[in-house]
Amino acid sequence: MQRRSFLKGTLASSALAVAAGAGLLNPRQVLAAWPESAFTSKSTNDAMGSLFGTADNTPSNKIKVKAPDIAENGAVVPVSVTTPLSATAIAIIAETNGTPLAANFELAGSAKGFVSTRIKMRKTSDVIAVVKSGGKLYTARKNVKVTIGGCGG
Amino acid sequence: MATSIRIRAKAKGDEVTVKSLITHPMETGQRKDKKTGDKIPAHYITEVKCEHNGKTVVTAQWGPAVSKNPYLSYKFAGGKAGDAVKLTWVDNKGKSDSAEAKIK
Repeated sequence: MQRRSFLKGTLASSALAVAAGAGLLNPRQVLAAWPESAFTSKSTNDAMGSLFGTADNTPSNKIKVKAPDIAENGAVVPVSVTTPLSATAIAIIAETNGTPLAANFELAGSAKGFVSTRIKMRKTSDVIAVVKSGGKLYTARKNVKVTIGGCGG
Repeated sequence: MATSIRIRAKAKGDEVTVKSLITHPMETGQRKDKKTGDKIPAHYITEVKCEHNGKTVVTAQWGPAVSKNPYLSYKFAGGKAGDAVKLTWVDNKGKSDSAEAKIK
């Protein structure tokens, strides 16, 4: 009996160690929840759905996506999103990446509808900017031609 | 590790533009080591919190598709020169860092 409980104990603790080593124990507690399911979604619609609760969106000409027409290096594609809409969140999606969602920005009251960052793109595709405003989703696209992919070797 | 972040903020009228650079490998977990053929484990920033005078302005959630040594820029209203802007990041291995700067 003693031996059994001892074995159980070591088994449990080693499982925990493996989990920590594999990075499964993320620092979720430190900041707000990281939407893991959205970042592991394989399609644009799934990613939008699990991030915002719905994939229903309206194309809008009030969103400006600034990205190069041709990106020589897919590992570094500068993307800026600007919108006059009162945005509460802006997400950047690279449509043909293995997991399309690249980044999501939650904007508090005083933040302007603008974010700029750099993303990796596997191949030529549309970059989609999703703006959440008044509980609704608005999107805009910009095609970026990638000559050298930026995901994996 | 406090040197992993460069942050610069400038006020123009009421509007403040913050630009920041973080030094981080942003490993996707899909790349292979060319010599051994082993996969390089994923190591990327998951969350970035941007604050102005202690109030959160932008919370970024990132996946591995954000480029190595990430760049982040955002704008907000209601800031003035001398105010503090702070950036904190956390990665998937539990490491974190933060830096503060004054608005110019």
